[in-house]
Amino acid sequence: MSGEHLNGYKAGSHLERVLRAGHFAVTAELGPPQAADGDVIRKKAALLKGYCDAANITDNQTAIVRMSSIGAGAIALQEGLEPVIQMTCRDRNRLAMQSDLLGASALGMRNVLCLTGDHQSFGNHPTAKNVHDLDSVQLVQMVVGMRDKKAFQCGEEIKGAEPRFFVGAAANPFGDPFEWRPYRLGKKVEAGADFIQTQLIYNIERFAEFMENVRRLGLHQRVYLLAGIGPLKSPGMAKYMRDQVPGMDMPNELVDRMTQAAEGIDKEDKKARAAAWRDEGVRIAIEQINQLRKIEGVAGVHIMAIEWEEAVKLLVEGAGLYPRPEPASIPEADAGLTHE
Amino acid sequence: MIVAEQKPLDEIKGLIAEAEKVLVLGCGTCVTVCFAGGEKEAGILATSLRMASKIDGQPKDVTHTTVQRQCEWEYLDAVADQIREADIVVSVGCGIGVQAVVERFPEVWVVPGLNTSFMGLPTEQGVWEERCAACGSCILGLTGGICPIARCAKQLLNGPCGGSQNGVCEISKELPCAWQLIYDRLKSQNRLHLITQIQPPKDWSKSRDGGPRRITREDLRLAAEASE
Ligand code: SF4
Ligand code: SF4
Repeated sequence: MSGEHLNGYKAGSHLERVLRAGHFAVTAELGPPQAADGDVIRKKAALLKGYCDAANITDNQTAIVRMSSIGAGAIALQEGLEPVIQMTCRDRNRLAMQSDLLGASALGMRNVLCLTGDHQSFGNHPTAKNVHDLDSVQLVQMVVGMRDKKAFQCGEEIKGAEPRFFVGAAANPFGDPFEWRPYRLGKKVEAGADFIQTQLIYNIERFAEFMENVRRLGLHQRVYLLAGIGPLKSPGMAKYMRDQVPGMDMPNELVDRMTQAAEGIDKEDKKARAAAWRDEGVRIAIEQINQLRKIEGVAGVHIMAIEWEEAVKLLVEGAGLYPRPEPASIPEADAGLTHE
Repeated sequence: MIVAEQKPLDEIKGLIAEAEKVLVLGCGTCVTVCFAGGEKEAGILATSLRMASKIDGQPKDVTHTTVQRQCEWEYLDAVADQIREADIVVSVGCGIGVQAVVERFPEVWVVPGLNTSFMGLPTEQGVWEERCAACGSCILGLTGGICPIARCAKQLLNGPCGGSQNGVCEISKELPCAWQLIYDRLKSQNRLHLITQIQPPKDWSKSRDGGPRRITREDLRLAAEASE
């Protein structure tokens, strides 16, 4: 495969085509199992397929060993769900990363999300050595260089087919220093990122402030920014995120709304309470998607419904984002169409 | 300085179990300053080991001595007799001290009494913090004099990561985020432009990843030859 046939598309992934066609994109998240169990992926893929344009396959998320994102991504592809391969800098050096990128590309994967990775002390192998040979900005640069310069990180030419990915990176609008976050995003854009998925957003006002700064730097015109959304399951989850998760901004108002959702329901009726909480979580998320859509520079949403994949359908339908668009396949180069 | 901590007494007891004549060898430099393996600590450790061996019913002959710098062979030669007489030397120098003894006295059995931890400085009474990881190509000039290799939990060159909040690192509320420190310092000096540039991948071959390192200074070698 080579870039010349792509008619201006970076990788020609479904996600890229949806965004290029100007649609409001939806990506979701699929967490691989902590076992060699392919059916888990198939089941989750069935829940997501049709309701998102592509699904992120996490890479040993929170530093817990899981099926590899590329392995799970290959299964997702077989199931007709386009994967976004997440790749962290924590577990692999530049050699391993590049060889995995070649493999993923050969398997037909076309999106990759470049991440730093949670520290291993959070996970189930806290005594592991971490790698961080590259950081996420440098990883973006490397993946883009392999695609656009047909070169390995060392500068050597890739003599056969180059891996072609639509390259993503993450942004946490609420990490500190808050004023610096748009500049850090700018570095990822400068490194060549094509799309950005943000950390979970609950404080819309503060996110809007972040986006104002992003627009001031003109970054929204150079990158597709997908805002992170996560439906809350319970007031406990909301409190945990407010109090325990580094880099998370959870307004008290949402914690209160979740708590109130089960008021009046018998404390013993756990099922009814859980259902009431989840309904409220979905309602809040739909409201937030509608608010985020109005913010200039937001090109889509990234729905993270970890171990609650059923919620993606509810959110997408509830926000009027269903059915998902089917953008035209890449026009043949000789059809006379030009892009960029 | 090099900062170290004494190993748990039980671990040291295990290391010397077979020996009868034990020499605890202190060092008068870094580990004296960080109260881990100086004259005083070597003496206390020797007493503890002596008493412990008595309690265990197999009294050992434990003595101690301290040299000014364990990491230079000349200083070790001054106590060569004591070293040779012992069945075992418990070095409470840093890892370099231990190996200097090993190299100078190939026939002697030497074990470490300390865990050598890092290169750092005391920030308050009783607290030491890491400052340099000897990466072999110093970038402090770009980061406002604050080292992201030694002080960022992920060694990021284009930080901060998404976990930085309220000035602390995602891995511990006790640990300042190195990139918050870098940001604050560069901002206060109007030098933020230094970190808006993308830092390219680091050349880790200059670091430990390139294999054990060695520095040769031809000028000094020539000077030494000339004076011979
Ligand atoms: S950049 Fe390297 S040499 Fe400089 S302080 Fe940090 S670890 Fe030490
Ligand atoms: S929080 Fe700061 S110090 Fe900790 S890993 Fe992230 S950038 Fe590095």
